[in-house]
Formats: sequence, structure tokens, C-alpha cells
Amino acid sequence: MLIQNDSLLDNDFQLANKQRMELSSNNKHIPYIKRVWSGFISNKWAVASFVVILLIVLFALFAPIFSPYSSTGVRPDETNLSPRIPLLEKIGIFNGYSDAVSTRYHYFGTDNLGRDIWVRCATGTRLSLYIACLAMLIDLLIGVIYGMISGYYGGRVDLAMQRITEVLSIVPTIIVVTLLLVVLKPGLSSIIVAMILTGWINMSRIIRAQVLKIKEQEFVMAAYTIGESTVTIILKEILPNLIGPIITTFMFSIPSAIFLEAFLAFIGLGVPEPYASLGSMINDGFSSAMSYPFMIFFPIILLVLLMLSFNLFADGLRDAIDPEINEK
Amino acid sequence: MEVIHMIRYIGKRTILSLITLFIILFILFLMLNFMPGSPFNDTKMSHEQLKILYHEYGLDRPLAERFLIYVKQMLTGNLGVSYSLQTNATVTNMISHTLPISVQIGLQASVVGSLIGIVLGFVAALRKNSFFDSMATGISILGVSVPSFVLALCFSYIFSYKYNLFPLLYSSSEAFRSTILPTLSLCFFTLASIARYSRSEMIEVMEKDYIRLADAKGITRFQLVCRHIIRNAMIPIITVLAPLTVDLMAGSLVIEKAFSIPGMGSLYINAIQANDYNVVIGISFIYSLMFIGTMFFVDLLYGLIDPRIRIAKRGK
Repeated sequence: MLIQNDSLLDNDFQLANKQRMELSSNNKHIPYIKRVWSGFISNKWAVASFVVILLIVLFALFAPIFSPYSSTGVRPDETNLSPRIPLLEKIGIFNGYSDAVSTRYHYFGTDNLGRDIWVRCATGTRLSLYIACLAMLIDLLIGVIYGMISGYYGGRVDLAMQRITEVLSIVPTIIVVTLLLVVLKPGLSSIIVAMILTGWINMSRIIRAQVLKIKEQEFVMAAYTIGESTVTIILKEILPNLIGPIITTFMFSIPSAIFLEAFLAFIGLGVPEPYASLGSMINDGFSSAMSYPFMIFFPIILLVLLMLSFNLFADGLRDAIDPEINEK
Repeated sequence: MEVIHMIRYIGKRTILSLITLFIILFILFLMLNFMPGSPFNDTKMSHEQLKILYHEYGLDRPLAERFLIYVKQMLTGNLGVSYSLQTNATVTNMISHTLPISVQIGLQASVVGSLIGIVLGFVAALRKNSFFDSMATGISILGVSVPSFVLALCFSYIFSYKYNLFPLLYSSSEAFRSTILPTLSLCFFTLASIARYSRSEMIEVMEKDYIRLADAKGITRFQLVCRHIIRNAMIPIITVLAPLTVDLMAGSLVIEKAFSIPGMGSLYINAIQANDYNVVIGISFIYSLMFIGTMFFVDLLYGLIDPRIRIAKRGK
């Protein structure tokens, strides 16, 4: 029979031995993304933490929009109000018991300047996440470039670059960050700069170790043999294989960046006043923690939830991306 | 042969530490020089008067020479005087008053944290996938995720405020009792990281061939765990101890503020807020010295304990 056109249908062919085919379907190739996805889905803690992160992000984005209050709106007549939530107040909790001079609903209460804590929590979370994500993204960029160059070229370049990071990594992070902030004065950009300065070393180390492993493999050798340029090899052969470690490192660095920001705010080097971050809110509420616990309770819960779920999420993601580590 | 390699290894570590020390000194020196404002900002002074003052304090000399003088001063313990916190008190004096209590709490926390952490991790590894194992994993994830000041707040609320078991704030009349809660809140992070790390280290060692061989020889389980597994798993754990000291330093700042402990951390925070540059720089220097010292010591210990490190270095 002549083939009339190039398109062949599935039923043009018949299996010579159907049984053998069924046996081999056990070893069917599963695409990378699908494998990672199914590994991730099966980890209920990771999925739950992902949902929590999503909820917190939604809260941070939309709570201020649907609230009549603003994060910076000072109201001297509504200071230190306890939390009051409609419906819940009827069963005796969150009823604004302390000094209910106001008939308005502040879900998380108000702080010592009469600012609504619900809205401030949302904008604070936003700022904390923004600082952490931006700083870590830039860190990632620097770390990946540095690590790839160091790992790929090897030899003297690697030696020199590794000596630099070795020396820099002995300089304690908190010292660099505090000194920088003392000189630059705390502000959004100076905090981000301080985080970038200290965070990229770890990234570059992980990336370098991965590149060293990958570049020995056959497909890189093959690309080299057929005359691909260095740039093509790095971008097309090595970089795609780094996606897994890059994502997990990024995810693990987010909670530590959130923590660093909170830490800086707690020692008085946080974002300056009209801004609110989770750390600066905790710092503000700390002195009155025993008399107005609600002021510090909600930012703390948000901070801990964020860090916990990012850690669990990163854990799950790493196990899904690199199942070998799980065996450890 | 072996001795020569050991000496080379120690020499390399020493040089690395010294370079780092100089970099830190250089950063501190730059800070001091580019800090906004100068002690001679008085506009009434004439050009000649300024010149005399600059000459007297050596500010007209070249930068490199000033740096050398500065290094000499720092290394001989002359850290300058405080401007605003305690006017004209020497920084060295201020630090020597506050350092002991910080070191005490730091040491307590690191000992308690690493001991409990190692035990927790090892038991979890031995009873892998049991209830205890998941509990230990839970503790280690919580410990990494809950900042120490949150713990400090919870502890002081429950144990001091509600039940009045420990002093709420530090008091020198009950010095040891006041350090218990700070130690507990500080050690949690160390505990969690070490538990996590030692568990995975232990499991990795347990799968090694030499453990299977030792098991096949027929020695008791107790002997197997003590002699073979723990000894081999301990070596890498030493390496995480060094980075953890930095976290302890950072933690101590927060904890000392939370419990109003008159330690070096509180002094540091106060100096930052009061812009007392000499104190900030002096304490930064002491912190860096402490950290460089720990790193050096741990590297040395690691090289001594594990001959593979030296051999690997030789291979390169």
C-alpha cells in the first residue's frame, strides 16, 4: 500500500506482541514537571503550607482595599482599642471589651496611635514579603552568575573566586548589616542592599557545587564536542539543569530574609515610621506586650505562620524536585 | 609527611583568618572616615586652627598611614571613647563590663542547644519513621521558624508573668535564675538546626558499608551505635557549630533586649540607636574577633579529627 500523505494514524500499526507493551508501561517516562508535581501533591504538609502562604498573600493584597481604614491613618480618639469582629463579638470573644468608646469594628484592634492593626498587618506583611522577595531575587541573580562562572571555568578563576567568598563568609552577617544600616540610615533600599550584600555567597556556593557536578556529564561534553559556544553551553545545557536547586534555594532563603528583616526591626534598624513591616510592628508592640497583647499577637502569628509555611513549602518542594535527598 | 601537611593546613587557615581580620578592620576604618559629620564641625574655627587640630590628631597624614595606626590601636585594645552613651568612658572598659554576662548566656545556650539537639537527632535517626522521629522533625522545623524574640515573649509571659517562676527582667540579685529563660529561648534555634542536621548525618552513616560490616561481625547494637555510628556522624556536626555561633550572636542581641540583660548585645543596640560610633565599631570588632576565632578553632578541630580533610587538600 502506498502512503498517500505524511500523516499516519495510530491504527495504521498493530503491536506484534501486546503483552510486552503492557509490561513496559510500568517504566513509562513521566515528564519532569509531572513528577515534581505528583511528589509535591503527595506531601500534605507542603500543600497545606502552600495554601497558607496563598491565603496570607491574598490577605496582604486585598485586606487594605476592603477596609475603611488606612495603614497610616492616625486617630487620637481610637487608640489602644481591642479587637472587635462582627458576629464573633456575640459569643464573647473579640468584642472590644477593654475601653469600648468606639462603635467601629477594628478586627485586630488599634495601636497606640489609633491605627487599625488589621490593615497594618496586611501592609506589613506586604512590605516584609516585598523586601524578602526582592532582596533574594537579586541575591539569586548575583549568586547564579558568580557560581556558574566559578564552577564552569574552574582552575585559577575558580580558586580566586572561592578564596574571595571564603574570606567574605567569615565576616559575620549581622556586623555587615548593622554597620551598613548605621551608615546608610534605615530605609527600604538600604535594608535590601544590606540583605543582598550578605546573602549571595550562600547562593553562589550551592550553584557552584551543582555546576561542578553537571559539567562533568556527557551531554555537556557532547555540546562541547559539536562546537557549541561557551555561552550556549552555559545557558542551554547547564542552566536548565540548575532550575531545581535554584528554586529550592530561593524558597529556603525567603523565610530567612523575612526573619532578618524582623530581626533588624527588633534591634531598631527596621523600616522608618509611616511604613509598617511585621518586624517593626512587633518592635512597636513589644514594650506594651503585657498590657495590650493583641498589638503584638497578630503580627507575631503572621510572622511565624509565614516562616513556618515557607520552610515547610521549601522542604516539600526540595523533596519533590530532588527525591534522593529525601532518602537521607 | 603528615606533620608537614598539618602545619600547612594550620598555616593556610591562619592566613585566611588574618586576611579576614584585616578586611574587617578596613571596613571599620572606612566607616569611621566616611561617617557623616566630623568632630571639628565648629564653624567658628579658622582655617589655621583646623589645620593645627588636624595635625594634632594625625588627620593630615596619608590614609594608609592612618590605617596602620588605627590597626595598631585596635589590636592593642584601644577602642576609643564613647561619645554619647557614657561620655568619655573607654569602649574597652564598657565592653569588659558587659561581655561576661553575654558570653555566659551564649555558652549556656550553645551547650544546652547542641547537647539536646544531638540527642534528639540521634534518637530520631535510630527510631526512624516512629512517632518520636516525627516529633523531633516537628520540633526542628518549629525551632527554625519561630524567631527567638517570639519565644522569649511566650516564655516570659507564661513562666514569669502568669506563674511567677522566674524573674521577668534580668536582676543581678538572682543572676543565675534570670539567665534560665534567656538561655532557653536562645538555645532553641541551635537545638533545632543541630537536631535536623545530626539526624540526617546519622542516617547517612548508618547506610554505609562499614556499618553493615560491623553489624555482620556480630557486635552488640550498643557498641555499634557508640563506636561506629556516633563517632562518624559527629565529625560533620562540628562544622555546623561555627555558623551557628553567628546566629547565637544575633539571637543574643534580641534576647538581651527582650529580657533587659545588661550584656554586650544591649550595649550594641543602645549604641546603634544613640549613634555612638566608637561603641558600635568596638563591639563589631569584638564580635568579628569572636567569630573569626570560632571559625579558626572549628576548622582546626575538623582537620585534626578527620584526616580526610587534610588528604583532600593535598590531592588538589
